[in-house]
Amino acid sequence: MKNHYQLVIVGAGPAGLAAAVTASEQGISCAVLDEQAAVGGQIYRAIESVPEQRAKVLGTEYQRGTALAKAFRESKAEYFPNTKVWSLTADKQIGLLHDGKSKLITADQVLLVSGAIERPVPFPGWTLPGVMQAGAGQILFKSSGVVPSEGVVLAGSGPLLLLLAWQYMQVGVEIKAMLDVTPLSNHLQAMPKLPRALLAHHYLTKGLVYQRDLKRAGVVTKIGVSDLRAEADENDELQTVHYRHLGREHSIETGLLMTHFGIIPHIWLTQAAGCKHQWDKSQQCWRPSHDKWGNTSLQGILVAGDGAGINGARSAEHTGRLAGLQALYALGVISEAERDKQSITERKWVKAERHIRPFLEAYFAIPQEMLATHAKDTIICRCEEITAGEIRTAVEQSHGDSNQVKYLSRCGMGACQGRQCANAVAHIVADAGGLAVSEKSHFRGRPPVAPLSLQELASLSEENV
Amino acid sequence: MKTEVLIIGAGLIGASTALQLAMRGCSCIVIDKDSPGRHASGANAGGLRQLNRDPAEIPLSVAAAKMWHNIESLVDSDCDVRFSGQLRVAENKADMEKLEQRAAMVRSMGYQHEEIIGKKELYQLVPALSPHCVGALLCRGDGYGRPYHALTAFRRKAESLGAIFQSNTEVYSIEQLGEGWEVRTSQGTFYSDSLVNCAGGWAGKLADMMQDPAPLTAKALMLMVTERLPHFVDPVMGAASRKLSFKQMQNGTLIIGGALVAKLDFATEKTEIDWSQLAQSAKTVVDFFPQLKDVRIVRAWAGIEGFMPDNIPVIGASQQVKNGYHAFGFSAHGFQLSPVIGVILAQLILDGKTELSIEDFSISRFDKQA
Repeated sequence: MKNHYQLVIVGAGPAGLAAAVTASEQGISCAVLDEQAAVGGQIYRAIESVPEQRAKVLGTEYQRGTALAKAFRESKAEYFPNTKVWSLTADKQIGLLHDGKSKLITADQVLLVSGAIERPVPFPGWTLPGVMQAGAGQILFKSSGVVPSEGVVLAGSGPLLLLLAWQYMQVGVEIKAMLDVTPLSNHLQAMPKLPRALLAHHYLTKGLVYQRDLKRAGVVTKIGVSDLRAEADENDELQTVHYRHLGREHSIETGLLMTHFGIIPHIWLTQAAGCKHQWDKSQQCWRPSHDKWGNTSLQGILVAGDGAGINGARSAEHTGRLAGLQALYALGVISEAERDKQSITERKWVKAERHIRPFLEAYFAIPQEMLATHAKDTIICRCEEITAGEIRTAVEQSHGDSNQVKYLSRCGMGACQGRQCANAVAHIVADAGGLAVSEKSHFRGRPPVAPLSLQELASLSEENV
Repeated sequence: MKTEVLIIGAGLIGASTALQLAMRGCSCIVIDKDSPGRHASGANAGGLRQLNRDPAEIPLSVAAAKMWHNIESLVDSDCDVRFSGQLRVAENKADMEKLEQRAAMVRSMGYQHEEIIGKKELYQLVPALSPHCVGALLCRGDGYGRPYHALTAFRRKAESLGAIFQSNTEVYSIEQLGEGWEVRTSQGTFYSDSLVNCAGGWAGKLADMMQDPAPLTAKALMLMVTERLPHFVDPVMGAASRKLSFKQMQNGTLIIGGALVAKLDFATEKTEIDWSQLAQSAKTVVDFFPQLKDVRIVRAWAGIEGFMPDNIPVIGASQQVKNGYHAFGFSAHGFQLSPVIGVILAQLILDGKTELSIEDFSISRFDKQA
């Protein structure tokens, strides 16, 4: 690895791969750093090694990744898998961990394509063994074909939940129930957005097919579920899932509950660098502010893909290319006219991919009571075991923002570095103070962005001697 | 708004001063451009250290230690303090000689709190320490607290006695009106009989506005904290000839510091961690405790603090203006002194004098040099 590149891309999902291909075609020095062992990101995980049968179940959207990975492998971009980026500064110094050693490198342009994470939504019992995120379930399936052996309850909201249910059904996993937490009012909110969504009817059709197949297979789906609660047996492991539906209490015995509440941008690197962020009301999340090329508020730091705002894998590929073109232009490698010319088709695709989003965002929006008004004893910060009640008490004692609440209660100070609770804390603090969530509500970013050991950090002093 | 005393800066010094004034029935308002403890008072390492103080600070530090040992009677909270001792480890003979000289100097001033311990006692105190060390300088009465908890306890107690804290109040201008003060802020104009400047990293700016300048530099000091570990060390660890400050907190996390400075853009208050320095710190920790090499660092941060050229604070009444007081420039070791600073300022404001000797901290010491 060199100490300096013209372009460093962090992430090897669709946006990163597409950007790397575009940029390296022009002969610049370009490095792609990715923490995974192989290319593809989350969406095309294991794309180069997946057996044909499993690829079929994963679907045609997944198989799109093959061509992208191939083009990337043929490009001149330097690829560093198993490389964790733990720091990024505004002057584009990147702290990374590669082969067990820390290193600081610099770049003229940095493109962050860190993708998305599943939105953590606390509910009673969410920390029990036996409760996991659906995304984790999908990772196991994509990378090693592992599926639940004794049946599963799926709960939450969002296209991924439906997709996972359908994939599980294909390979014979027993789905005890699909508990959809989206209230019926969401469907009304989404209706006005349907005409535009029809322009992307292939997505809608796919969703309807999944729903039809699940129904035919006898999977029970309950829509408008509330008061979701996981309860443990005497061994403190998940035993029962309770919920309310159409005014009545229900419960299901299960050893496994997979939840999904949509995905949100991974903003820890843009936060570390000090990029400006904004609250996206429709997507119920923060995202880095950026222009149509992916430029953030900091010069030379760009974003693309879901890390810039959730628009899906196909869109990521196109925004990745646009950011790649912009980086080339900023480096003085191509002219403005060349950049603009090459961007026309990409931009058309980005626009087309956007058609479905307002509908999906309204349809799958997480109800406010799941985001902000948790029961007092619900654990919000699972690392430090801080409850919603403790957070509200802190606000009442005039610790008025998330950071003050963090100082006082230690919520967000645990090993996950606040990843799991930052959103929930912001919502609760805002709600308790009668304010709307804003950029200010988020925990201040504290490096390192990924945990590193004392020895790994110490290795930096040898490296830079 | 009118008050007897206006305090600028809602850090621990400001809160402590407000508390002592309120205890004596004096009305005061504490204003801060951010929120209480937003900077150094919330971001420091919480060290309660008499060990290795500048000789001028020793009497104050010893008085402050007495207050910390009895802190609950003052603020109705134990501030999560622990008195597990602080020590400076010697790695060789030269280190040991340096520490012995220090101990002799402190004894010659009439104080007994810093004592030399040999290798045997050192390893009884810290069995986990790498075997190469030869002895240490120890202060048994030292320890640590939790900074934001302490600040909150001081603030709440002061509030319960009538002090008012007002956040998001940025000072625009300061004028002497007769013998009192007019302070224009983002939240209106304040009038007071006395004015206290304890604005930490921003105190230099305010001293200028008070027409009583002082050569203060704002710097951001870095700290890092690890994941939780099983309990393995009691005392707060320093080293005789290396930059190190290292403690295991009540909850098992390790806080690692050592007066390392981050990059700071003072205008935007943006700090940037200097990883090559923290890497040195990490190396020092692993040298002293090799078994910690795989412990994960969870977070690093930097807090903005005011430093004086001689690294000791400015404490006292202004010599240039009437009823103006200063307590700033603690140069990253103010946390321990805070309780006694409140007492001193309250005495200066209400009695016109204080029992403790503060001549060395006069703001006018910098005039003489000029």
